[in-house]
Amino acid sequence: MDEEIDTRKINNSFLRDHNYATEADIISTVEFNPTGELLATGDKGGRVVVFQREQESKNQPHRRGEYNVYSTFQSHEPEFDYLKSLEIEEKINKIRWLPQQNAAYFLLSTNDKTVKLWKVSERDKRPEGYNLKDEEGRIRDPTTITALRILLQPMDLMVEATPRRVFSNAHTYHINSISVNSDYETYMSTDDLRINLWNLEITNRSFNIVDIKPANMEMLTEVITAAEFQPSQCNTFVYSSSKGSIRLCDMRASALCDNHSKLFEEPEDPSNRSFFSEIISSISDVKFSHSGRYLMTRDYLTVKVWDLNMESKPLETYQVHDYLRSKLCSLYENDCIFDKFECVWNGSDSVIMTGSYNNFFRMFDRNTKRDVTLEASRENSKPRAILKPRKVCVGGKRRKDEISVDSLDFSKKILHSAWHPSENIIAVAATNNLYIFQDKVN
Amino acid sequence: MQHKSKMAGADGDDSLYPIAVLIDELRNEDVQLRLNSIKKLSTIALALGVERTRTELLPFLTDTIYDEDEVLLALAEQLGNFTMLVGGPEYVHCLLPPLESLATVEETVVRDKAVESLRKISQEHSPVDLEVHFEPLVKRLASGDWFTSRTSACGLFSVCYPRVSSTVKAEIRQHFRTLCSDDTPMVRRAAASKLGEFAKVLELDYVKSDIISLFTALASDEQDSVRLLAVEACVSIATLLPQEDLETLVMPTLRQAAEDKSWRVRYMVADKFSELQKAVGPEITKNDLVPAFQNLLKDCEAEVRAAAANKVKEFCENLPEDSRETIIMTHILPCVKELVSDTNQHVKSALASVIMGLSTILGKDNTVEHLLPLFLAQLKDECPEVRLNIISNLDCVNEVIGIRQLSQSLLPAIVELAEDAKWRVRLAIIEYMPLLAGQLGVEFFDEKLNTLCMAWLIDHVYAIREAATCNLMKLVEKFGAEWAQNTIVPKVLGMANDPNYLHRMTTLFCINALSEVCGQDITTKQMLPVVLKMSNDQVANVRFNVAKSLQKIGPVLDSNALQTEVKPVLEKLDTDTDMDVKYFAQEAISGKYTTLSIFFLYEVASLGPLHLVILIHFSP
Repeated sequence: MDEEIDTRKINNSFLRDHNYATEADIISTVEFNPTGELLATGDKGGRVVVFQREQESKNQPHRRGEYNVYSTFQSHEPEFDYLKSLEIEEKINKIRWLPQQNAAYFLLSTNDKTVKLWKVSERDKRPEGYNLKDEEGRIRDPTTITALRILLQPMDLMVEATPRRVFSNAHTYHINSISVNSDYETYMSTDDLRINLWNLEITNRSFNIVDIKPANMEMLTEVITAAEFQPSQCNTFVYSSSKGSIRLCDMRASALCDNHSKLFEEPEDPSNRSFFSEIISSISDVKFSHSGRYLMTRDYLTVKVWDLNMESKPLETYQVHDYLRSKLCSLYENDCIFDKFECVWNGSDSVIMTGSYNNFFRMFDRNTKRDVTLEASRENSKPRAILKPRKVCVGGKRRKDEISVDSLDFSKKILHSAWHPSENIIAVAATNNLYIFQDKVN
Repeated sequence: MQHKSKMAGADGDDSLYPIAVLIDELRNEDVQLRLNSIKKLSTIALALGVERTRTELLPFLTDTIYDEDEVLLALAEQLGNFTMLVGGPEYVHCLLPPLESLATVEETVVRDKAVESLRKISQEHSPVDLEVHFEPLVKRLASGDWFTSRTSACGLFSVCYPRVSSTVKAEIRQHFRTLCSDDTPMVRRAAASKLGEFAKVLELDYVKSDIISLFTALASDEQDSVRLLAVEACVSIATLLPQEDLETLVMPTLRQAAEDKSWRVRYMVADKFSELQKAVGPEITKNDLVPAFQNLLKDCEAEVRAAAANKVKEFCENLPEDSRETIIMTHILPCVKELVSDTNQHVKSALASVIMGLSTILGKDNTVEHLLPLFLAQLKDECPEVRLNIISNLDCVNEVIGIRQLSQSLLPAIVELAEDAKWRVRLAIIEYMPLLAGQLGVEFFDEKLNTLCMAWLIDHVYAIREAATCNLMKLVEKFGAEWAQNTIVPKVLGMANDPNYLHRMTTLFCINALSEVCGQDITTKQMLPVVLKMSNDQVANVRFNVAKSLQKIGPVLDSNALQTEVKPVLEKLDTDTDMDVKYFAQEAISGKYTTLSIFFLYEVASLGPLHLVILIHFSP
């Protein structure tokens, strides 16, 4: 792991204008496509930017692994629900790629209420030689038309994004996740209280598969925070809750999956009990490993790996930033305690990555049990240079290169990140910047 | 075809101009124009002539598959009818390249249409062309990189298989086998859904050797969505095989599907049960399907029970006659009894929609002894849909045991539905009233149901009042004018003095509906005076409805009454201060037939009379 991290160099950072970061530019989701050739980001302004990996070329071998903008489009617009007098933000909450089915690429993007299916495709020919117009575009005299022409000419490659389906009006609460099923036919969308199942081709009908809304909303004690399908078994999915539990459901058993088949939950340690216990145990993200055997969950201070065959406690627990435990009170006051950090697996499920504050992100090697803190910042790292591990000092003497807990910047947080499906390339979103790191440069 | 020599290439021919427009519009920015042009593709081809259609138009079309779905869909459809336009069957293979491209696009409807057109033109290929041009295309699609092309290939095997040589046949079988074990579930689903169709064109030996193993594999696929499609294939395969092979080749898989872990697969079995029953024949039905059906009726998933409940009648009807009654009484009826008190209302209402049909199968005695208690229980069900479904199927029971047996329980059920808080439930029961009236007879009706029918006239929902009006008309059609005169007309006319203007208007609407069925005598002597009196109503809405009613009942009245009574009133209304009243009075005087519909946006009785808010005119 050490070696891998030491040789990791900054390869490329996608730079938007750093000094003029507006709210709309803040990246709200990052996702690689199933082959890793493309990377998509969504932002608070409702835009989706798709990056394409530079192909290897003999002239510029070092460019291999760089991602360049492939297509940018406005996925969602701000809306207003007149019936409920609610503003609907355009912020992209999640992006999920579909497996590739032809030369075009497809992705699902969602804001709080509406999921959209986008097609990103290339066009390299355009029609030419009209019958009614001459080369300069002047209308020809109809009587001079003696022959008919039909022609297409090659042109510069153009990438277009077209909305193919709009899945709307199915969620009363805010959508927090979407997940594509391994049957390539359905996907689910999850809001605070319900999970709906959609057919990718049908927009006017969805099936409710989980509903935890109590008859009386005053009895509400728990909300759904994330949900995901098992990567290869079409009938299994999990959802996590604000109470720190994860439920695994089998869609074969019944049409409505309100009764889970497994409940993953760790009994609370009474010695650690405090006013904040419940808040920090809320799960902000849940991910199946690529193998489908493990689950990873992120709560405020830790990331946990669960074996699907053991419900009573997690297999592994990693401290992300335990030094914040003493600062929970001030984190509560500035609302940071409600931040929703995501977590990701590497391609072989051996390393996991998740974010922290001060633009730090953490990696844990599950085999060697080593961990590292890295920083995504333009000031402290130059392109193509090795990324140095960072250390946070807790009390006592602060050594050189260490940063004290009190000087962490809580406004710089890394909530969203993604790992290339097979290679050691990671994409890290730090407010309005996207950093792409790679373990080696050719 | 005659035009081609005249038009193509004729110098300065005016007729080229419209074609030039069409061709240019194929490339217009506006989708609608492109779509219009594509729909006239045959005109363009006709103008270009067969040769230029082949060499210029078709390559152009092959390249336009970037277009919008609706344009592509239209194109895929057009090309299926293009054989003559490219020069007849001899050249039909020229259509393959554009259709091949269309068969690989990601939009399912376009792909399906392209496959449909390919299937169509495959019939126009000569056996030689089929092997030289068509079959290679199928192979290319079947081994394409993207699953879209492979799914399309699945639909083409069955059309070329019967017409090719035995070596090519072997290749086709091999391709189909490969696609059945494709990596992507989409392709396996496509293969599973075409398995039955492909089996039909195969030689019986290959069905046994090839298809059965593919069927077994697909039926135990890891994806639920594939397994459930195998159930459908099961029906066609079972039909093809001789009875003695079914037990060993099909039944193990079918039994497994009926007990599948996934409720969606079991649902599919329940949904296809009648077809399966016919396909496997009476013996296997008795031994295997009866227990399987019992299990489906007791399934833990309500969706499955509802699907099975829907099939109860059909299943029982199709049982072999010699043992039908025994099977129903000992095996099916106990399950049905349990379903009557199911926890899920969809299951109960599915059952209620078919259960009455069992009485014709079981005959009078069994019906009275066993089914009647169930009907009565369902008539008291808490869910209105269940009760409605029973009432709507009363005719089946009526034939077997007569409705009297039920009437004592029927009445409370009807009364309760008639007063249901949901107006749609009330509406549904009103619609069954004429049917019930016919079956129960006039005495029972007068005694028990007449009050209900009148009560609906003053319902607070307009749709109910409207349906009640229409119901009265149908009742009069059944029971006759004399009955109307004695029972309903006095009550209707009595409402003309109601303090609520909406009820007064209901009188008018009833008169509109009843005048014709009641005839001239009743209309002139009893109804007309009331209508005329209402022309002095203080509410303008009532007054202009008087004008409309007069116009409506005019044809029923004698000319004397029209001249002496109706005309003066209309003339008076014509001078009304309200412009709507004036308008309708004029309409009535001029005698023009008009279908004016009026919608009251807000109809809140407690707010007092409201004026016309929106007037929508539909010209006659």
